[in-house]
Amino acid sequence: MSRFSKMFEGWRGERQWSAFSPEINSREFIDLSHGTLLYLENITVSFDGFKALDKLDLYIDKGELRCIIGANGAGKTTMMDVVTGKLRPDSGTAFLGQTVNLLNMSESEISEVGIGRKFQKPTVLENFSVFDNLELSLHADRSVKAALFARLTGEQRDRIEEVLEIIGLKTERERIAGNLSHGQKQWLEIGILLIQDPYLLLVDEPVAGMTVQETERTAELLTSLAGERSVVVVEHDMEFVRSIANIVTVLHQGSVLAEGTMNEIQEDPKVKEVYLGSTESSS
Amino acid sequence: MIAVLLASCLIFPVFNLFVPESSVFHISTYLVTLFGKYLCFALLALALDLAWGYCGILSLGHGAFFALGGYGMGMYLMRQIGDRGVYGDPLLPDFMVFLNWTELPWYWNGFNNFGFAMLMAAFVPGLLAFVFGWLAFRSRVTGVYLSIILQALTYALMLAFFRNEMGFGGNNGLTDFKDIVGFNLQSDVTRAVLFVITGLILIFVYLFCRHIVKSKFGRVVVSIRDAESRMRFIGYKVENYKTSVFVLSALIAGIAGALYVPFVGIINPGEFAPLNSIEIVIWVAIGGRSTLYGAVLGAILVNYAKTRFTAVLPEVWLFALGGLFIFVTLFLPKGLVGFFSDVKEKMRKKA
Repeated sequence: MSRFSKMFEGWRGERQWSAFSPEINSREFIDLSHGTLLYLENITVSFDGFKALDKLDLYIDKGELRCIIGANGAGKTTMMDVVTGKLRPDSGTAFLGQTVNLLNMSESEISEVGIGRKFQKPTVLENFSVFDNLELSLHADRSVKAALFARLTGEQRDRIEEVLEIIGLKTERERIAGNLSHGQKQWLEIGILLIQDPYLLLVDEPVAGMTVQETERTAELLTSLAGERSVVVVEHDMEFVRSIANIVTVLHQGSVLAEGTMNEIQEDPKVKEVYLGSTESSS
Repeated sequence: MIAVLLASCLIFPVFNLFVPESSVFHISTYLVTLFGKYLCFALLALALDLAWGYCGILSLGHGAFFALGGYGMGMYLMRQIGDRGVYGDPLLPDFMVFLNWTELPWYWNGFNNFGFAMLMAAFVPGLLAFVFGWLAFRSRVTGVYLSIILQALTYALMLAFFRNEMGFGGNNGLTDFKDIVGFNLQSDVTRAVLFVITGLILIFVYLFCRHIVKSKFGRVVVSIRDAESRMRFIGYKVENYKTSVFVLSALIAGIAGALYVPFVGIINPGEFAPLNSIEIVIWVAIGGRSTLYGAVLGAILVNYAKTRFTAVLPEVWLFALGGLFIFVTLFLPKGLVGFFSDVKEKMRKKA
């Protein structure tokens, strides 16, 4: 039986008929009255018996900037996959606000209700200009019909200018995104998320491969975004994490090991054991 | 591009009909028919380019949509024969009489009406593409798997149409046509008019595609080709876009097939052959994919070369075609059009 069900893993039969189900469209239904934006409870994901996430509980508050750290294989990217609908967990629940159940929505629907994701490797629309990248990402009707007859309104143009200002690419607007530098691509991708007015931004390793100056600018950018929206950053660079985060969550083997300010984390005996203990034994 | 097409729409029929045969400028009916065929192929290449060049759907089954469109036209032409067939049955086409059938299968009804037949010639391929696209793109079948399934689809259709019980003339297909909307198919004038109509449709479809490609829809589609998951996470329903492009492409291929049949005077299951679908891909690759005029150019050039080659050295043609494909893939990844625009760019930089 399990072998049989494995055969159909990744086959999205259950979504075959999703077009017939009513639109969860969308943002009006989000209930943030309790101040918590994202609820992940008891999430388990296993690949061939290996538990990438093991009964993970994670709560993100409205307007919070949260950093998530952890060794390779601790489940950081898997957690993002679950939240954005790329992966279905074996068990557990994921809610945005009180009411929106993320587990029966597709990637595009989740993006519609306001969760944006930045990939580890910068992914922008390489063939188009910076301006076009933002235009295509505008929060607007995404249907085929709308796209065929779309015209840019003045309001939308202003919004694009605003985001160009925030991400500091105002002078680069006509450049083809494929020719931007690595750092600029990262910022453009953050802009792509931003222009959709998300409630929650998931940012995977934003400063990998950046110069010191670029890292500083990214830190400024991300802290300026928090408050209005919640930002979750997955990062290896401890200096960077220290410079931006109020609260840090440490993942270990698929569940939360510790949570608190950077100083608390560093004093935490469990964290010390896992990190320092393992380095001692290996050296 | 459009000017050239428009001019040929004018030149071919005029020089065919009004210039005396003795003159050097006379264009024979054979040539008009030949280039008429090329225009149909160009339309087909345009259809594939829309799906492959712009949306990254490498379809190895476009020959099937083309042939289905052709059968739509063929059924109409068959019904037009009426009692002039060999057996003289007023209702049944010859092959049905030959099989001792006594009545017309239900799906042949209505095909005596030109409008209905043309609607079906586009609608049936569109419907097939919609059902296929709906299932495949929602299940996220992509890349080489999709190509292979489409190749299998056209092969399966070929085997089905070979069967006499299907009621499409089996092995022999549909042929021996007499006239189209009351005009004799063999006459020079009819051929010239068909040529002009095909040319105009090609121009119209070309302009239409260009409009589509330049719209926001077109840019979304190109982005889906280059960064599918990015578009998904931006919130686009990628499968809807892919299905739309695929259906549109199949509709155009169906129209191309319907226009093709009156020129050649026959449609048979051979048109479903997997090799045909692969040839279409080669035309587009050689011309230059992701440029609409590249596809048109590629289809006409390769087919002209094919006509020349097969006349001189028929057995070498397939090798030549294969060689061309390898050459283009290795040295001209953007096709002829891409090559020439690169050269132009270099010249400009030097100057």
